[in-house]
Amino acid sequence: MSETPPAGPTGQIPGGDGDNALEFRDPEKAEAIADKLAELAANLSDPPATIMHVCGSHEQSIAKFGLRSMLPDDVRLIMGPGCPVCITNMPEVDEAVALAEAGVTVATYGDMLKVPGTTKSLDDARAEGADVRVVYSAADAAEIAEDQDGEVVFFATGFETTAAPTASVILNDPPENFSVLSSHKYVPPAMEIVAEMPDTDIQGYLAAGNAAIITGSGIFEGIVDEHDLPVVVGGFEPLDILAGITKLVEMIGNDEAAVENAYPRCVTEEGNQQAQRQLWEVFETEDGEWRGIANIPNANLVLRDEYAEWDSRVRFDIETAHLRNESASRLADDCICGDIMSGKAEPTDCEMFGEECTPDDPVGACMVSSEGTCKIWHEYGGHPDI
Amino acid sequence: MARVRWAPGYMSDTSDASDFDSETDGERIGLEHGAGGEATRKLVAETLASGFVDPEDAVVGLTGMDDGAVVPLGNKNLVLTTDSHVIDPPFFPGGDIGRLAVSGTVNDLAVMGATDVRALTSAMVIEANYPVSKLKRIADSMAATCEEADAAVVTGDTKVMGNGEIDGIVINTAGVGVAPHVTSDGGLEPNDVILITDSIGEHGISLLAEREGIEFGSDLVSDVKPLNDLLARALEVGGEKMKTMKDATRMGIAGALNEIAEKSGVGIEIREERVPVTSDVKGAGEMLGLDPFQIANEGVAVLGVAPESAENVLNELWEHSKGENAAAIGKVIDDHHGRVVLDTGIGSRYLREPASEPAPRIC
Repeated sequence: MSETPPAGPTGQIPGGDGDNALEFRDPEKAEAIADKLAELAANLSDPPATIMHVCGSHEQSIAKFGLRSMLPDDVRLIMGPGCPVCITNMPEVDEAVALAEAGVTVATYGDMLKVPGTTKSLDDARAEGADVRVVYSAADAAEIAEDQDGEVVFFATGFETTAAPTASVILNDPPENFSVLSSHKYVPPAMEIVAEMPDTDIQGYLAAGNAAIITGSGIFEGIVDEHDLPVVVGGFEPLDILAGITKLVEMIGNDEAAVENAYPRCVTEEGNQQAQRQLWEVFETEDGEWRGIANIPNANLVLRDEYAEWDSRVRFDIETAHLRNESASRLADDCICGDIMSGKAEPTDCEMFGEECTPDDPVGACMVSSEGTCKIWHEYGGHPDI
Repeated sequence: MARVRWAPGYMSDTSDASDFDSETDGERIGLEHGAGGEATRKLVAETLASGFVDPEDAVVGLTGMDDGAVVPLGNKNLVLTTDSHVIDPPFFPGGDIGRLAVSGTVNDLAVMGATDVRALTSAMVIEANYPVSKLKRIADSMAATCEEADAAVVTGDTKVMGNGEIDGIVINTAGVGVAPHVTSDGGLEPNDVILITDSIGEHGISLLAEREGIEFGSDLVSDVKPLNDLLARALEVGGEKMKTMKDATRMGIAGALNEIAEKSGVGIEIREERVPVTSDVKGAGEMLGLDPFQIANEGVAVLGVAPESAENVLNELWEHSKGENAAAIGKVIDDHHGRVVLDTGIGSRYLREPASEPAPRIC
């Protein structure tokens, strides 16, 4: 992303400065919003109102500030498929592991290391001697390739927010020994699928402000039209989230389906057009499996034919059959990560939560990633309703 | 114990690395086992302490898993404790391993009620090639901290290991003192007030900032200090009304509060806005992704006082230079037993002990 997000009302970038962030954590303002929320919730014609958010950073803030404890009983707040690490499919991890085992340097985000493949994680491969590196960006991975002769594969995960920088690296003449194994995902189609799941039954979406900085809030118009529910784009400080929820409950009460931007200090309707151009120049969508959720039409981001020379899947003949030993991973069969990410279950519904499955020894991806619901609930007490 | 040797013809019986590599089955020691939290307690209870039996007359024994042990000596309560220090780097903003080694043990005695430290021991394991000038700085720092704590090292031990066999220097200190009134972890009762003696997180955050090479200005330094002088004043005023004292070292105040809630069989409610945290610690914590509640302190204690004495104790803490930032941060409740509820000012959640130490070798 080449543009800095617009500054907040005080001229500073939100969340970047302690004092400025406090403005969005003010208990008195929170109470005022909560009063309004309670009033709106009391007037709901068909309670409860179930609101889904789709971002690990939202869940972090909700859990850290104990926001669920102050919501009216008639407002349910659940997390959907908002953790890119969690929905990366096992066969995709298998591909990265196979490449690493074949002697290729695999660079990826730190959260991906412990994510289980069918039988092995990248961390396992590294322990056995494979060259697996942790990077903070696609550009870091390209730099590794610059410094060595051997092949470097960037195992690229994440939503639009990280796909755009990956595209930018590909468009800026990366080294010849660099390629991208894309597991990038595109969120809006997943929101559409989950919106129609009968067990989930959601009445509104709180959309992720960070992704919308790139895509613009306008991207959610399709969901509103197709599924007749409101979408509110929200920021990440507790007051941002409360304001977003309050707007949603008001719209649900008024039976109003539209896109609202509750994060205007950062998000515009059009978004970052340069980043969007780069994203769609390099990537196109394809149907793909999101781990534990469903095969989702047009929700995987793959490299276009014009950029096939940077596509690890074209450059290498990736053989993963030997990694798919079905007799392994018994515990993983009982993991309900998929149900949690579709909003059908909560971490505490899982018998392994905090017992067999902990951040130190995770069974499922939701306990691995700092954006995973299980990891977040575990960190903040595992039982957010007090 | 039967051992499976992986290399045929391996006949030597020496305990080298391959010897423990050859132990193929079972759990291995991980860094979390030394972090002072749940994993440490489990290792101690199930592996290290299972063969020991507490003396019949012990007031607090090994099974108490407290900051120190209390055994009767005549009509007095003798408190003993021991602590090893492995901090990296050994010289850090606001202190060094020497000051830490003395403060750590003095504080473990003091929070059990033995603020009058009778004697300390010091055992050092040093890596060959270690500069004597550094050792001298460490020893001088220990002496200065002893003077501050009105304590003395009366016996010691020095061992050297080969280059690469140990990282620089490890110091173990042990101490003894007498506690007129024992303030063990399990003494809390509903309505007791929870006090904290200082702002939190400075030791751990400053150390990690130093390791990451991030500069936050000169204000962010370790809080390492002996607390026995301060706690003596608090005990003098609180007397029997002082139920519990605990130094909030590894696992931060989240760890300390959870431990005393669990051992006392009560709940604790903490108001986040009341907990003193400097803006430097807040800012650095956000940048490093660390929660000041879960980060180590080396000169901060959590106290549980009966409500009628809380104000007097707090006033007394404020009188002392080491207690200027002291605050009443919460109270003991007869609900959520064994857990700590954090009122964030916006909502409420449980304050958990971190599952693993956010960073190893911090003390």
